[in-house]
Amino acid sequence: MEHTLTSGNVTADRPRPAKNYLNETTGLWSWMSTVDHKRIGIMYLGAVSFAFLLGGIFALLVRLSLLNPQHTLFGKQWVTAEMYNRFFTLHGAIMVFLFIIPSIPASLANFVLPMMLGAKDVAFPRLNLTSFYLWVAGAALAIGSMVLGAVDTGWTFYTPYSTTTDGAVGLMTLAVFILGFSSIFTGLNFIATTHKLRAPGMGWFDMPLFVWGIYATGVIQILATPVLAITMVLLLIERVFQIGIFDSRIGGDPVLFQHFFWFYSHPAVYIMILPGMAIISEIIPTFSRKTIFGYRAIAYSSVSLALLSFIVWGHHLFVAGESDLANVIFSALTFLVAIPSGVKMFNWLTTMYKGNISFETPMLYAMAFLFLFAIGGLTGIFFATLAVDIHLTDTYFVVAHFHYVMMGGTVIAFLGGLHYWWPKMTGRMYSEKWGRVACALVFIGFNMTFGSQFIMGGQGMPRRYFNYLDQFQPIHAFSTYGSWVLGSGLFLTAIYLLASLKTGPLAPDSPWGGTTMEWESSSPPVVHNFEEQPVFEHEPYDYRHRTVTHV
Amino acid sequence: MSTTTVDLHQDPHGHGGEHDPHHQHHFTTMEQQFDTSKIGMWLFLVTEVLTFGGLFAGFGLMQNKYPQEFVAAHEELKRWAGSTNTVVLLISSFTAVMAVLSARTNQGKKCAKYLWITVGFGAIFMCIKAYEYSADFAEGLFPGKFYSHHGDLIAGSHGYATFFSFYFMMTGLHGLHVLIGMGLMSWLAIRASRGEFSDKYYTPVDLVALFWHLVDMIWIYLFPLYYLIT
Amino acid sequence: MEWLRRLLLPVDQGSEFAKHIDNMYMAIFWLSVIMFFGLMVPMCYFAWRYRFKPGRVTPHQTHNTVMEIVWTVIPLLLCVGLFFWGIIGYMQFAVGPGESMEIQITAKQWLWQFEFPDGTRAVNELHIPVNKPVHLVMTSEDVLHDFFIPDMRVKRDVIPGRYTEYWFTPTTVGEHVSTCAEYCGKGHSDMKAKVFVDTPADFAKWMETGGDEWMHHTPEEWGRIQYEQKGCQSCHNVDGTRSKGPTWKGIWGKPVKLNNGTTVIVDEAYVRESMMQPGAKVVEGFENIMPTFQGLLRENEIRGLVAYIKSLQ
Repeated sequence: MEHTLTSGNVTADRPRPAKNYLNETTGLWSWMSTVDHKRIGIMYLGAVSFAFLLGGIFALLVRLSLLNPQHTLFGKQWVTAEMYNRFFTLHGAIMVFLFIIPSIPASLANFVLPMMLGAKDVAFPRLNLTSFYLWVAGAALAIGSMVLGAVDTGWTFYTPYSTTTDGAVGLMTLAVFILGFSSIFTGLNFIATTHKLRAPGMGWFDMPLFVWGIYATGVIQILATPVLAITMVLLLIERVFQIGIFDSRIGGDPVLFQHFFWFYSHPAVYIMILPGMAIISEIIPTFSRKTIFGYRAIAYSSVSLALLSFIVWGHHLFVAGESDLANVIFSALTFLVAIPSGVKMFNWLTTMYKGNISFETPMLYAMAFLFLFAIGGLTGIFFATLAVDIHLTDTYFVVAHFHYVMMGGTVIAFLGGLHYWWPKMTGRMYSEKWGRVACALVFIGFNMTFGSQFIMGGQGMPRRYFNYLDQFQPIHAFSTYGSWVLGSGLFLTAIYLLASLKTGPLAPDSPWGGTTMEWESSSPPVVHNFEEQPVFEHEPYDYRHRTVTHV
Repeated sequence: MSTTTVDLHQDPHGHGGEHDPHHQHHFTTMEQQFDTSKIGMWLFLVTEVLTFGGLFAGFGLMQNKYPQEFVAAHEELKRWAGSTNTVVLLISSFTAVMAVLSARTNQGKKCAKYLWITVGFGAIFMCIKAYEYSADFAEGLFPGKFYSHHGDLIAGSHGYATFFSFYFMMTGLHGLHVLIGMGLMSWLAIRASRGEFSDKYYTPVDLVALFWHLVDMIWIYLFPLYYLIT
Repeated sequence: MEWLRRLLLPVDQGSEFAKHIDNMYMAIFWLSVIMFFGLMVPMCYFAWRYRFKPGRVTPHQTHNTVMEIVWTVIPLLLCVGLFFWGIIGYMQFAVGPGESMEIQITAKQWLWQFEFPDGTRAVNELHIPVNKPVHLVMTSEDVLHDFFIPDMRVKRDVIPGRYTEYWFTPTTVGEHVSTCAEYCGKGHSDMKAKVFVDTPADFAKWMETGGDEWMHHTPEEWGRIQYEQKGCQSCHNVDGTRSKGPTWKGIWGKPVKLNNGTTVIVDEAYVRESMMQPGAKVVEGFENIMPTFQGLLRENEIRGLVAYIKSLQ
């Protein structure tokens, strides 16, 4: 495979050390019992990729169900409303709880965050491994609930449907409870690591912006996730004991559940997107070979997004009988979210200005992120505006909006970050040619799938609908074809990345000319990350002394 | 959050004297390791507070919905038992502090003694709680749909069952924390009597004592919430 | 730009409020388009203009306070403006008009039941008069639902154990669809109702016949429902025992003695007369206390009651 390295490397590569974190010890047990953040990150990467595959299969099934209003394939109806309801529930629950929330923090950040700080490991290595096994236990329960009687409540578990419906709702809520603790331990670990394990000389504003993003994410994980955990417990106990808190038949209030749920789940949206933004803040300066513009503004905007995320949950309840005063307040607060998001966009663009930009796969994903997140963010304004929200909420418009943020934002950034750090993690280069092709497929397929849904939603197609009016058929079909393009792009990515493990050229220590500390280690890194404790010497993203001269 | 700063300019390779077996490889100094553990514990305590916070919020909303039922239901609880337990936990917090102090001053045996006393107070607390529970069950004061108490003033109201649901959930979760704390302290007491803790390394004692104080503090909130409703 | 609005939103603007929402939607749409290109054009330009060249030296621009303040404050002002515009629109229907027709909506898995102030009920079919404010009062019998009429831009959750309200004024005569917009299980996507916006004359006619619920019942059943709903059961028993009024059981086709000494056969004419002019022929031993039902019962309801009495043998 051709090695299309277009950016130069400043320091001549050292000879690759014979022993690294991958081959220092061998055997299955050496992985399962490891406390090395790099190995745990790799295990998490495999685990969340598996969850992404599973959730993706359900997504494709959802789209296939809606290919035509008769739900037929080759002239035969193949899916019923019950099956469809399970498809979208499992798609949502798996993607949110098993994939997106742990995706970037637990896999990529686990690997690179300590290295960016010049640390040998995270603060609590054993807790890190515990977090992984909690994820495994949660995933096992979630998959168990699918086998033992599928859940059809939607990923939001709204009461009283979830307290009265059959199926393994209890098992699924237990899974979410456990996954919550997995997420808490990850966040806790990163906060403590950031506070205490920075390299000698590295102050708070010397940290890479990725660390700021993950730190802000950790704050949300710590402060919001316990509320999800207790909400899931209350839901479970309501189902078993009928305590009368959420179930209206025994005096409970179903809207209270929504408040509890969104008090977590809105901040959770930022658990998903902040790490995505954090990756973009790394990729853009590296491939523009120019220092990041507005470092402090980006750092502060991450923290302010984290804090704002706690006071906007009520915008999920604009039509749920919330008081008018509450609606107005939540609308105002929701508009505020646009400001730090906008600040980040402007700073990223200005970073590209007068840069020296090359377009390897990570940069292509970063630009795709700017494109898609711009759409995701701008369509958010429709929902913040109270009167317009009334018409659009609970339609395909909202489905499209949050997919542009969650997938167009987080997943695209995850893919960008995966390609960006792939050489560091595996010691191999992936195929740049196939990377670009796959990125184009993902980008086109994504826009086909979800762009079309804005139109359907505006026209009044409600979400979670199995049967739909014939007038929507052409758009639904188009969206389904898009999902095939998107799926093939992701499939292709899996193939060439896995192939690169065997056939990829050996990666240099710093293939992109990155300036942050993780590139000072060998590729792949040695067990304790660095052969010598790195000392903080220059600000991050300092390209003043790094003129790239060769391709 | 602790904000003790590490001396970042210290030579990263110098461990400062002899190597402590408790020193983990990824920390430069023992002090850095101790501070980090403390930050981790505080963060964990924050999640604990928020977990209970969710239940407190739920209780408050339900109390707002059934004010009369909640007052009537709280009469069923034994105020003397709650008060005694409050005193028991307060004293146990003091003995926990003494255990930390003993560990820091290299008095391993004394530390173990205080830890066992704290465990003993925890056990007294749990016994009184168990007695209360069994008395409640005998009167049909069960949570949710199992509630079968007779003679409530507002017949057919779900408020009584809701009160006892929250009562058992919150005191039960608290009791679970007491049990976990007792387990941790017994383990530390054994380690302390082996002389594992000293002024150089007493992190586990310090952290478990912090946890115990939180458990104590939560009870200080639970007690007036359930036993002193007016 | 009407074609674009028709592409992005429902073609019909069936309520007073719809135009307002649509205008706001289109305004935000264009604002978003401008901002989107405002971001993407520079991105593409920079990507092309500053594409990789070996040896190009990049400037070390760390920040520019003035610029950063500008691009923080301008979006903030835009958002403040949009926020106020949004709540002005929202307040228009959050506060109801002085006089409106109240319609009770009861949702259950998976149907809509509409009830008018006079007790007229219909299932999955809502008739409303054009240009008259409608006040919806909604509750659910089981799980969450959401009453959504895309053509009117009307949407509100329907919640068990609570009443939610909504006001709107339909402006175009014709047939529309209402759907359930909050997931409620297997039949969620089939939980549809037809919404007919009628001319005042058509609406009056519909009110006269009282909807179509009677068509879904046998006359006897329909009569029993009226017996329970219209208050007959408070004075008439159907088990043969005496109450404030005579029982209905076993009287059909038989003679009854009246308090003026004469006898009458219980037939359709007598039953009908007893409802409309209860004092005309009072059964012996009973007081003349029954109110008249003239104008309160519709033809199908009277027929139902007659059929019901007939069935009580």
